[in-house]
Amino acid sequence: MNLWKHHGKLERHSLLLVIGILVVVSIGGLVEIAPLFWLQSTIEKVQGVRPYTPLEMAGRDIYIREGCYLCHSQMIRPLRDEVERYGHYSLAAESMYDHPFQWGSKRTGPDLARVGGKYSDSWHTDHLTNPRSVVPESVMPPYAFLARKDLRLVDIQRKMQALRTVGVPYSQDNIDKALVDLAAQADPFSTDAVALRERYGKKVVNRDFDGDPSRVTEMDALIAYLQMLGTMVDFSTYQAADPQNQR
Amino acid sequence: MPPTKALLPGSLPGTGLLLALTIIGGLLFAVAAGLTDDPLFRFHSFVFIAAAVVAGFALTTGLSAGGLRNEPDRYMDGVIRYGVIATMFWAAVGMLVGVVIAAQLSWPSIFYFPELGWLNFGRLRPLHTSGVIFAFGGNALIATSFWVVQRTCRARLAGGIAPWFVFWGYQLFIVLAATGYLTGITQSREYAEPEWYVDLWLTIVWVAYLLVFLGTIWKRREPHIYVANWFYLAFIVTVALLHVVNNLAMPIGLLSTRSYSVFSGVQDALTQWWYGHNAVGFFLTAGFLAMMYYFVPKRVERPVFSYRLSIVHFWALIFIYIWAGPHHLHYTALPQWAQTLGMTFSIMLWMPSWGGMINGLMTLSGAWDKLRTDPVVRMMVVAIAFYGMSTFEGPVMSIRAVNALSHYTDWTIGHVHSGALGWVGFISFGAIYCLVPWLWKKEKLFSNALVEWHFWISTTGILLYIAAMWVSGIMEGLMWREYTPEGFLAYSFIETVSAKHIENVIRTVGGLMYLSGVLIMIYNLWRTVRMPSAAGSETATSALVAPATA
Repeated sequence: MNLWKHHGKLERHSLLLVIGILVVVSIGGLVEIAPLFWLQSTIEKVQGVRPYTPLEMAGRDIYIREGCYLCHSQMIRPLRDEVERYGHYSLAAESMYDHPFQWGSKRTGPDLARVGGKYSDSWHTDHLTNPRSVVPESVMPPYAFLARKDLRLVDIQRKMQALRTVGVPYSQDNIDKALVDLAAQADPFSTDAVALRERYGKKVVNRDFDGDPSRVTEMDALIAYLQMLGTMVDFSTYQAADPQNQR
Repeated sequence: MPPTKALLPGSLPGTGLLLALTIIGGLLFAVAAGLTDDPLFRFHSFVFIAAAVVAGFALTTGLSAGGLRNEPDRYMDGVIRYGVIATMFWAAVGMLVGVVIAAQLSWPSIFYFPELGWLNFGRLRPLHTSGVIFAFGGNALIATSFWVVQRTCRARLAGGIAPWFVFWGYQLFIVLAATGYLTGITQSREYAEPEWYVDLWLTIVWVAYLLVFLGTIWKRREPHIYVANWFYLAFIVTVALLHVVNNLAMPIGLLSTRSYSVFSGVQDALTQWWYGHNAVGFFLTAGFLAMMYYFVPKRVERPVFSYRLSIVHFWALIFIYIWAGPHHLHYTALPQWAQTLGMTFSIMLWMPSWGGMINGLMTLSGAWDKLRTDPVVRMMVVAIAFYGMSTFEGPVMSIRAVNALSHYTDWTIGHVHSGALGWVGFISFGAIYCLVPWLWKKEKLFSNALVEWHFWISTTGILLYIAAMWVSGIMEGLMWREYTPEGFLAYSFIETVSAKHIENVIRTVGGLMYLSGVLIMIYNLWRTVRMPSAAGSETATSALVAPATA
């Protein structure tokens, strides 16, 4: 058959071969990924999803730095047992400001998509400091050092600026007041917390997350992030069966 | 040979230019180290500076003492010898880290150190995966591709000093990635964790690699490009494409380690798994199939089974693989049409994968006795068998109903390791057992008996590993969805964790056995290199003019 002879051309011309490879490997990605950027139905329309507060954003960076995503997913699948164990299945909208996404691929530990509010701050502090002190069979590493490290503040605004560049709707006001907001969220008696809630919504709580009122530590930031997870969308008003939420 | 020897060849072309660039690069990072307020960026600037100093010293010495001689009439094998050493070094390191993290999951109160956060699982796991995939696998691919492309094109590597730059540049990438993981520099994209500046560095190295490879093909004295080179080329070109797109990110500053992906949420997830699955497809499959297509026929002294099958399965494999990414995102917030496409193509992928397996296995037609007599052949054949097994298991796991059970569990870990330990590891070991006597001009390996030991210890280790992960993965998947007769969830999450303890221990033992096999191999290779050279082999394998041994 002639086809085999034609293949000889590709075997004799390396550039033809390279172009052939490039064309063949481009198709799948273009067909699958590109439409996600323009199909309106990819992300549901829901109320409540907002950019992270400066403290939560810093906590999320610690979550990433420590590789938490390697053992904890943040993606509840619409399966009966998962919805009963973890809560409402995850929506695309809930991670729309996640650069990068933290869905994870492995559950060596439980899913964390809706861990916010399930445990107290002091439980989280104890658990992160020594997981086996509260869950004896746990295989999680200890993170006691987080409570001893001051949160790094010098690059908070640069981080928010970069996130704004890639599409997170932080306003200039959000960025200008970032350090005030951050301090306010870690202080239960802060008078700036009113302004913080004006900027990020009334659900934002200001607490001393790690139980050490003298300073803002990495533990404060990480627990603030964990306590926010999954709490943004009000599922009592979410119409899962609505045609525009069917994908 | 004598006429060319008399020409007193100069140093490798481009050495002076590389030296100049090295000095400029070193100075730039010295400035960066002084200006940055990010201690981690300063640390990595120092790594760059140290690399520049060492490279500058080596290049200057090479230029003045004649260590980097250009010998246009000979194959360039020095860089491959370094590549083989690096491959085995990183194999030992990457697998040792794997054993350590397996032990952490088995005995957390012994193997975690509360004061040493950088030894926690979350920091070490990327070190293990990158160490094995990119440091061990990548060096094996670069080294073998440099050997194969020269022999099958009957041409010396192109680019003068460039192959050395590719080799050492890639080692610098590994060091930056590894030290980054330990100190907490990561962008949290699985198998693409290094931050933006390390990604940029790898891009430079990779483009140089592509040009060296293509340049050698352009110089070829054979009319046709051999099938192994199609696979190497697809691997190099596609990995470049995947790497660049998946790592598009916005740094928070040019003197900071941190960056944020330009994609978010669902689009980011699919971009990442488009990358992640094709890191498997093109790095761990196409590249190692190239290895198979050269070393198996060479070792058993039989032609490749079917030329037409190699054409069909090559194009089908690279076309279909790229679609398979969404099977990592079944039942997630990814739109269902994308999940269905991903699953469909993943199942189709079974066929071209087995096309490669059949072509590899059937190459032994008429030489099956070598399975009994040559443990290196047996190792490569078992590699192909594991390739066939995991490329069947993969499509099965990509079916949504199966994936509902297997996803998030240890089953995935077992699947990956049957491919990584069985296929990638064994085909690389086979290739290196072939290469070392050729590269160091020895008649044979130091000891075939040690190869036998390596083979049996490591094979048993793999079987323990994957059997343990099948059991624990399916068990935890079933436990998560188990209901009591009253309609309540039967198990809390932590019960499913403690139920896996014995499997975790077996996995650790299996990994330790596999690592032991590698250490035996390193000893065997070291003794091989130290054996006296075979008489007359000098010109037979390294001179271009002599009839190619390939």
